[in-house]
Amino acid sequence: MQQEILEILRTNSRISDEELAVMLDTDVESVKAVIKDMEAKGIITGYKTLIDWEKANQSVVTAFIEVRVTPQRGRGFDKVAERIYQYPQVKACSLMSGGFDLFVVVEGKDMKEVALFVAEKLATIESVLSTSTHFVLKNYKDNGVIFDRNGKDEREAVVL
Amino acid sequence: MRIKDRIKPHILATPPSGIRKYFDLINEMKDAISLGIGEPDFETPWIIREEGIYSLEKGKTFYSSNAGFIELRREIAAYMARKYNLHYDPAEEILVTVGGSEAIDIALRTFAGPGDEVIIPEPSFVAYKGCAMFCGATPVPLELKDEHQFRIQPEQLEQCITDRTTVIIIAYPNNPTGAIMEYEDYARIVEVLKDKDIIVISDELYAELNYKGKHVSIAQFPEMKDKTIVINGFSKAFAMTGWRIGFACGHPDAMEQMKKIHQYAVMCSPTTAQFAAIEALRNGEPEVRRMVDEYDKRRRVMHDGFNKLGLSCFEPFGAFYCFPCIRSTGLSSDEFCEKLLIEEKVLTVPGNAFGACGEGFVRATYATSIENIREALARIGRFVERVRK
Repeated sequence: MQQEILEILRTNSRISDEELAVMLDTDVESVKAVIKDMEAKGIITGYKTLIDWEKANQSVVTAFIEVRVTPQRGRGFDKVAERIYQYPQVKACSLMSGGFDLFVVVEGKDMKEVALFVAEKLATIESVLSTSTHFVLKNYKDNGVIFDRNGKDEREAVVL
Repeated sequence: MRIKDRIKPHILATPPSGIRKYFDLINEMKDAISLGIGEPDFETPWIIREEGIYSLEKGKTFYSSNAGFIELRREIAAYMARKYNLHYDPAEEILVTVGGSEAIDIALRTFAGPGDEVIIPEPSFVAYKGCAMFCGATPVPLELKDEHQFRIQPEQLEQCITDRTTVIIIAYPNNPTGAIMEYEDYARIVEVLKDKDIIVISDELYAELNYKGKHVSIAQFPEMKDKTIVINGFSKAFAMTGWRIGFACGHPDAMEQMKKIHQYAVMCSPTTAQFAAIEALRNGEPEVRRMVDEYDKRRRVMHDGFNKLGLSCFEPFGAFYCFPCIRSTGLSSDEFCEKLLIEEKVLTVPGNAFGACGEGFVRATYATSIENIREALARIGRFVERVRK
């Protein structure tokens, strides 16, 4: 049941425990218990909302930043990653294989704010060798959700 | 000359579908929720669509052989064996058709004619009766009952059979009731049918949408296989309604004659759809599972919802329909659907559109989003409460 609950919550975290119970043909208490358990174990780490900020008329600028760093003796990349992910502007931070080391997602209210953050905070960290910043111009699909679908039911009336 | 005077009486006598008028109403409404459309709300999975596009890009725009590409028929044979343990020779026993609908039409034209009787368990998909009448045959309704979960009972079947019966239609998982038939249910009616010279047309378009164990086909019974035409397709299972592609499987002698009608009427089924269908059978399985799992969750929400509103509804284990009883409201099916549409903007289809014995029920499909189902149930709840006062 854990897996099934996760599958549903992943696409709709606002669903009620009651509705989950009906969908999975079980009782509300069991659903509550499984979710509580997953929260306690850190399997579920939070509940968020996917927002198309453009439609909300709020400007949010997102940048994907490739960061090359010098790994530190005995700590590898973890230490420098920790310094980076503490910033609230950093929405995601991952260690990568390939031509660079850390992949950092930064959000700000405009390009200037993001650029300043990169120049003043990120690039100045001691073990950071270089950064390469890519601004997101348009989101087509995020977290499995395709944006700009009109959502209209295009099925025509047919006799069946 | 009046055109109408020249139209054949048996065509005029065939009633149009009773579903239509509600659709005209809903088209004019804002914020209406349709639980009326018997069609998946999913788009065809991308891997399948892409294969159709690719075939066009490569200029594959010619006819296929009349029976369909042999490559596709081989995939169908493998699929039928793998999923339903039914074994057909791709060369002689499989015919690719323009949707399941064409297969129903040509099967009936092959086995029913003037003076013949065709047993149609009702409530039923509206085309069987019409197609039987176009052949000049007489449709004989077998009235399925709520208390039997709308499964065919051997005694009922026995009563419907006469010397003139040539065909019986069996359609499970069922539109409009959502009913299924399990192995034991079939075993009992096979006892009635096995020694009779009656052809079974088994419409199994919804076979993949079975939420209780594995789909059973009457053709799995060895004594029935040769006299059963199994009809299946891609519309419901793979969400490919607009592609118009299905297939029929059966004895080579039957297929040969059905192929003749198919050949003269439509040549072959659309080849873009055939290429896409090959991909569907080869790699579409995970997508089917994803859709079936989603339907199953919606099914539970809708079934639970109707029962909570006091519109008693047996648990439908197949297709994507609930068929709740609305007698407790004191309204007829037609009144219920019309009032519900006008007052709360929710479209359902009156049960009697699928045969007289569907009176007292409505068909609601859960081939729509959970949000729509939730909102529709809330509106139906308000409506029912008002009506009962």
